[in-house]
Amino acid sequence: MDAIFIQILNGLDKGAAYALIALGLTLVFGTLGIVNFAHGALFMLGAFCAVTFQKIITISVKVRDEGVTAFVAYKEQPYLETWFGDTGRIIIDYSVPLSIILAIPLMLLVGYVMERGLIKHFYKRPHAEQILVTFGLAIVIQEIIKAYFGANPIPQAAPEILAGSANVGSWVGLGDNLVYPWWRLIYLCFSGIVIFAVFAFLQFTTYGMVVRAGMRDRETVGLLGINIERRFTVVFAIAAIVAGVAGVMYTPILPPDYHLGMEFLVLSFVVVVVGGMGSLGGAVLAGFLLGIVQSFASMNEVKDIFPGIDQIILYLVAVVILLVLPRGLMGRAGVMDD
Amino acid sequence: MTNMKKPSFNDTMLILVFAAAILAMPLWLDPFGGNYPDLLQKFAIYGIFAIGFNILFGLTGYLSFGHAAFLGVGSYAAVWSFKLLTMNAIPAVIFGVLFAGLLAAIIGFLSLRRTGIYFSILTLAFAQMSYNLAYSVLTPITNGETGLQLARSDPRILDKLFSDGPASAGLPSTELFGETMSGYPGFYFCAVLLIIGFYISLRIFRSPFGLMLKGIKSNQNRMKYTGLNTRPYMLTAFIISGMYAGLAGSLLAVTDPLAGAERMQWTASGEVVLMTILGGAGTLVGPMLGAGLIKYFENIFSSFDDSVLQQAFSFLPDSVLEIVVPVVGLFVGSGWHLTLGLLFMIIVIFLPGGLVEGFRRIFNYFTSGGGKAETQSVEAHNQAGE
Repeated sequence: MDAIFIQILNGLDKGAAYALIALGLTLVFGTLGIVNFAHGALFMLGAFCAVTFQKIITISVKVRDEGVTAFVAYKEQPYLETWFGDTGRIIIDYSVPLSIILAIPLMLLVGYVMERGLIKHFYKRPHAEQILVTFGLAIVIQEIIKAYFGANPIPQAAPEILAGSANVGSWVGLGDNLVYPWWRLIYLCFSGIVIFAVFAFLQFTTYGMVVRAGMRDRETVGLLGINIERRFTVVFAIAAIVAGVAGVMYTPILPPDYHLGMEFLVLSFVVVVVGGMGSLGGAVLAGFLLGIVQSFASMNEVKDIFPGIDQIILYLVAVVILLVLPRGLMGRAGVMDD
Repeated sequence: MTNMKKPSFNDTMLILVFAAAILAMPLWLDPFGGNYPDLLQKFAIYGIFAIGFNILFGLTGYLSFGHAAFLGVGSYAAVWSFKLLTMNAIPAVIFGVLFAGLLAAIIGFLSLRRTGIYFSILTLAFAQMSYNLAYSVLTPITNGETGLQLARSDPRILDKLFSDGPASAGLPSTELFGETMSGYPGFYFCAVLLIIGFYISLRIFRSPFGLMLKGIKSNQNRMKYTGLNTRPYMLTAFIISGMYAGLAGSLLAVTDPLAGAERMQWTASGEVVLMTILGGAGTLVGPMLGAGLIKYFENIFSSFDDSVLQQAFSFLPDSVLEIVVPVVGLFVGSGWHLTLGLLFMIIVIFLPGGLVEGFRRIFNYFTSGGGKAETQSVEAHNQAGE
């Protein structure tokens, strides 16, 4: 029981990342009809927003180290600490969650520029060409990041208070040795909030209602005098923000490097297709489902029976679902049925 | 477009010109700094890979993202043939093609049940499965991360049968009836296979089978309405395409007897897609052109570093030099992928038909203005099909 519970938890946090990326991917597909291979790069850009933010707030000055009395020693002290004392120290400690403040406007800008500058011209082109041009863009973004930040992963620390593990077992009455890192728990809650926010935006606001109407039939919505293209641009920017903040919050779990996006992209495409192209609920469901399936497959007991199953399980599930349910778990008829 | 009145004459000319151009590559690539055997071998090998990919993507429009799996299987089969049977290249190539064809039959049989992006994802999933398995469970066969290598203790049954002398010190090298398969002989071996491969692809393009595939590309439903079962045609095209990839993979092993799992990664599949699109999907020489260009850039650009750039721009004043060199440095050396990505985006945005379409446009610009509109509409029609 303990083992199953912990595997579900383990699966959920990975699944949360898949779900967040896949949500943006399928949102863009459902609205703009674009297969965006650069979406993983947006996730990676988000992660590097956290790196940049941390670099900015820890710009340091050399000061005399008072702690060492035997000789004259110097240490690096961030300006923030010099100016604000303890408050500055706390800000630096919380750099990862705070970098969301930087990530949101930046990703909004990136998403907007990308959509207006490039994606706009590809609405009517075949899917193969969309895949190819966004694939090229992903390479470009990736290489630029590599040129500035180097090829090595850059670890980011979670706030000190969240560094340990939560005693999850005792909360649900399953024994005390059932622990789970705090930050992963936070990530889980965070992704829940983001997913809820996106759904609420689409479901409960007039703006979202128009967007949903546009997903169904963009021509009719356009004939009603609504500038649907502009709304879709906003949707693209929202998808970019979702991917970006997902990347920011993932940095303490996995140190970001320049090809982080590509690794997640392949899997999140599998997630989107399993969930059904253009289906938001399907993407979220498939994301969590595949995350949990993967974590169960990496249990030693399972690996003993099927060696190597943990390596291929996601693709295996994807293949089976695609062959049995051509439209994925929750895909609508008429989407990508060519 | 071929002159329909006497196609055989034109095709014969085409294959002759192609063969001459390939075999003379060491001569005419010399001024471009491309005349060394390693690079020439890569041109030929990746040319084969791209020509094979084009038979699937160019003719039927099915975008496979899993061709690297066949390349990898071809390599593994070839190295095993070196290890178990003989160092001769011929059996290695045959085994590479066979095993790749077998894998293609299995993957194709399942993947071709879906079309469009679902097909792409299915092939991608199968290729990633092969890659992950090659790294983990199949380590006894693939030797995992280290890659499959030759060893002195390998049995090599056939070689032992025909030579009873003591084995020479060091590892044996791959050969073709006594001729060592590295350097220029290796290139000519690959080049001959490339010309044969090109000829087969030409015949497929001109055959009723090729026309059937083109029909599937422009409208699969209509083909089905005429009472035709398209699945066997698709599967045949997929297997042929996979066999080309297997041939390329086995040649990679022939020129350098080493096989690693990274050859099966999806980025390798992406690379062949880039080559085909860059040159022009659905055209005969386009994929070969794209493969050559990408491999050329990879070798030439990635060898540039800051000191080379300093020399190249030494005519500039120092203050300008300090700005120019780091900026240009982003695009060459280890950052040459950036150039590749940009080049690729530019091609897809402005020239969806690839380099071949570009040449055709330039050609039309300089010849009659009357034929221009007609050819372009045909061209546009060809490209529009998914």
